[in-house]
Amino acid sequence: MTVKRYSRDEMAAKVARDIAEGAYVNLGIGLPTLVANHLPRDREIVLHSENGILGMGPAPAAGHEDMDLINAGKQAVTLLAGGAYFHHADSFAMMRGGHIDVCVLGAFQVSVAGDLANWHTGAPDAIPAVGGAMDLATGAKRVYVMMEHLTKGGESKIVASLTYPPTALACVDRIYTDLAVLDVTPQGLRVRERAEGVSFDELERLTGVALKES
Amino acid sequence: MIDKTVSTLEVAVAGIEDGATVMVGGFGTSGIPAALIDALIAQGARDLTVVNNNAGNGDHGLAALLAARRVRKIVCSFPRQVDSWVFDGLWRAGAIELELVPQGTLAERIRAAGAGIGAFFTPTAVGTELGAGKETRLIDGREHVLEHALRADYALIRADRADRWGNLVYRKAARNFGPIMAAAAACTIVEVREIVPLGALDPEAVVTPGIYVKRVVMIPPERPSVASPQGAPRPWDGPAGAGVGAA
Repeated sequence: MTVKRYSRDEMAAKVARDIAEGAYVNLGIGLPTLVANHLPRDREIVLHSENGILGMGPAPAAGHEDMDLINAGKQAVTLLAGGAYFHHADSFAMMRGGHIDVCVLGAFQVSVAGDLANWHTGAPDAIPAVGGAMDLATGAKRVYVMMEHLTKGGESKIVASLTYPPTALACVDRIYTDLAVLDVTPQGLRVRERAEGVSFDELERLTGVALKES
Repeated sequence: MIDKTVSTLEVAVAGIEDGATVMVGGFGTSGIPAALIDALIAQGARDLTVVNNNAGNGDHGLAALLAARRVRKIVCSFPRQVDSWVFDGLWRAGAIELELVPQGTLAERIRAAGAGIGAFFTPTAVGTELGAGKETRLIDGREHVLEHALRADYALIRADRADRWGNLVYRKAARNFGPIMAAAAACTIVEVREIVPLGALDPEAVVTPGIYVKRVVMIPPERPSVASPQGAPRPWDGPAGAGVGAA
């Protein structure tokens, strides 16, 4: 049977579906920014940007960019009615103080214990840059990861223990990949959903760690 | 009479010594005090330690200060960007020291300095390279690392409007590190779009009270976002001879 991998937009839609009405949410740079396009219109969800914005809106129309109003990826954004600006220490107090309900992050690797690696490959010539990754992973109430299930070389990005430098330990709650959605539980990884054409046994074989069926 | 306003960028950055620690506001180019950085390049101070979220963009502003080899060390959270080639080159050549700090820890270390807090415990960076070797403590069953306050000799920040007492309001998300850096530096120098009469700022809306501010210089709004070629006259320098030269 042919495998029907989730597209990036399908992954983003699955994350968006799991974000509740009234949630304060931080979307990481890269893949997670797609989630904003899929948030249900009938829910009021407040987006936080690390540079001091709550109530962040979509990109402005061409020609209306204001570079004093940008997101964490330094792209022009807008402010929705009800939005607010605040300084950097307040912005990170929202993360570190446990006020952000959900953050969605990309990752190089996630371990069975929910350890996250997403800031540095550890390669000797790679310039390290951490930004807000450690604060978000440590402080948000729930941490969701979006990533491809396998590397380009076919190795699982879900691992027994990290081989990349950790961002934070035991922080990830749920993993959304192109093959499955998995919960990190004290008993191990529990499969919530599988892409069409991927059996549980095949998923476990590809992942390389023991999984639990939902 | 208190008057913190100064008439030129040259006066604004006067006295910054070699070896000083200088905080520079901004997140990427949002809120970056570009005119003050240009003035600092012209002023000539070297062997600086710079604190900023990033490590310069393109070839102007902070990147130009780095390219002029005035910076010994940079303390930041996110040096690597698509347009950070100046920093990247210096780092690969071993020509600049980097202290990498998680962004929230950076902000809180700055805030702590301004509030007279010597150090604090945080769970951020526990179990990571950036927490390695730091004092730890178990608080409410969770491991924390000790992080020290980060203070500076000078802060260069950009705000939108100021009065002669140094009260500041910012514009949109350009506020970012401005308020906390203003409090963490011994001498805070601010470039603003407009200086207004005392009493014209809504006291309910003042973000940085003047107690944290030493000098304010007005940068006319027509300033382009990218610096002019070196030596070319720039509108924000004022009439010839009145401002600071870029060359």
